[in-house]
Amino acid sequence: MSGYQIVVCGSIVPDPLQTLEPVTGPSGPVLKNELMLPAVLDPWAGHALYEAANLAAKTPGSKVWLVSLGPKAKVQQVMMAVGQKVPFELVALDGPAGGFVDAHETAAALADAVKAIPGIDRTKLLVFGGWESASRGAGATLQILGERLEIHDQFQGVDQIAPQADGSLEILERVEGGQHQISVVAGPPALLGWATGNLPEPRNNPQVGMANMRGIMPALQKSKPAKVGTGDLQYLAVTLPKAQRETRVVKNMPTDEIAREIVEWISKD
Amino acid sequence: MDTILFLSHTEQDGKLPRAGLEALGAAKELAQALKATLVAGVFGKVTQPAAAQLAGTGAARALAVTGADFADARYATDAAAAEALSRAAAPTIVIAPGTSRLSRVLPAVAHRLGGRVDTHATAVAAKDGAPTLTRWFYRQRMEATLKRTERPWVVLIDGGCHAAVVPDGGAPALEEVPVAIGDAQRRTRVTGFKAPRSDAQTIRPDAKILFVAGAGWTKKQADGKPHVEEAEKLILGFLGATKASLGSSKSLVDLSGEGNAVLTFMSHLNQIGQTGATPRHPKGLATCCHGEEPHVVGWRFINERRAVNLDPNCGWARGKADVVYVADAFEVVAKVNALLK
Repeated sequence: MSGYQIVVCGSIVPDPLQTLEPVTGPSGPVLKNELMLPAVLDPWAGHALYEAANLAAKTPGSKVWLVSLGPKAKVQQVMMAVGQKVPFELVALDGPAGGFVDAHETAAALADAVKAIPGIDRTKLLVFGGWESASRGAGATLQILGERLEIHDQFQGVDQIAPQADGSLEILERVEGGQHQISVVAGPPALLGWATGNLPEPRNNPQVGMANMRGIMPALQKSKPAKVGTGDLQYLAVTLPKAQRETRVVKNMPTDEIAREIVEWISKD
Repeated sequence: MDTILFLSHTEQDGKLPRAGLEALGAAKELAQALKATLVAGVFGKVTQPAAAQLAGTGAARALAVTGADFADARYATDAAAAEALSRAAAPTIVIAPGTSRLSRVLPAVAHRLGGRVDTHATAVAAKDGAPTLTRWFYRQRMEATLKRTERPWVVLIDGGCHAAVVPDGGAPALEEVPVAIGDAQRRTRVTGFKAPRSDAQTIRPDAKILFVAGAGWTKKQADGKPHVEEAEKLILGFLGATKASLGSSKSLVDLSGEGNAVLTFMSHLNQIGQTGATPRHPKGLATCCHGEEPHVVGWRFINERRAVNLDPNCGWARGKADVVYVADAFEVVAKVNALLK
């Protein structure tokens, strides 16, 4: 195997610690102060990126691209941190990254960007991404992207990829009941939507950061606007759950009594 | 007039999965509300047993793609089967269960059909003669009701959101839809499944209670030392006695990836929250877990919630749990286990 061409699709999402509130924008729902919210790389896309880098590092001749669709300024902020982690070449698309856009339009924009990467070779191509985003959570974008790229070996909820001696790839996908389905695909091209994988977040590496930065800034400068919107979606209502509970905080209760109360609660239908 | 296609794979025994029966119930109700024609489509190695489960749904036609090529959950062949069934039924709306198998392929099938897809629907309904659906955004932090104009509209319904249909009457005859499969669609082979030993399986989707263990179980205790082995015994003891499903916070499962001393039975599959699962259980008990928002979003569908934590100001105490016991989880769980014996 002379190496893989691994294209990771991953965007940004609001930092999960932020309070999120929907408001109505000119073309549908958006988050209140969306552009002011601190952003992070979408967590599952992050796992995909780290797994891609790990696979590339173990397979000489491989290269990783990160295709990211989001507001240019926000993507730049996030790349300052992500660029310190693993080597990749950024392909930036300037457009909305919010949860209310249509997965079909996002997939179309990503497909055009992947096709435009110079030197892409289908016999080496692996398309990675998070199996869902932490914004829309569609779990649909990658499949549509794969169809647009005519990749008909697709896997979702992936936690592991293992190249085999004959060039095939063994892949573990999450299925119901806490199990993994084991599949073997003959080789690239293939598309993998990652769950968490098995790798911890890489430590910052200043050398990797410096190398990445040489490509990230020019990529952001030449990023093209992506026409991505809500498509034919019509939102009739977007509301926050009214789930504030009246919590009973129990202090100074003897352990025996707490245990009895819990057992009684568990036993009640 | 709308035509609604209920679409599902079958299990190895030829019957519909439970989530399929629930989606069938939703499709039947929506068809009645829209005065639409209901068509059923199933695929798998064996499909005949599913016909009996379609009885009484009012399906005008029952279609099937059957054969050994459709035994395993493989993208290329599943997509071919789902596409063929959809083209045979010519639906305006497709209702399907959000199983891992159909979630893998139906977005792509919607694209092939020139339609649109929405996943993780929690409800479908008719409003002013048009279908609408409800789903969550931003990892269960806000809920939206939406509709579309493009057709066909493919909708995947999450499990546990609708009552399962109860078959009634005679089974309809299945019309076989031919699908040709070539070598290009067999590039992927399903070789098996990897599961914990049956006595070590801690994820139980049908359990009445979710037990969440947070990172506190592995931290230093009052004597200045961690007691991971004791924590394992207590947690497994609780799971054994209650048949609860085990969940975890991200911080705890991350410890294992970073090579720290951890609970040996815990993996990323147990993770609940922003980057984990959002299970459905009637009750949930959180222990040694702070109840921060990224974790608690995974509790959206847990009805009754209790927590045991030493910190009276933890996240659970701020309106996220019904009851918070300010106590040592080691002591409480030991006593609970003793009472449950």
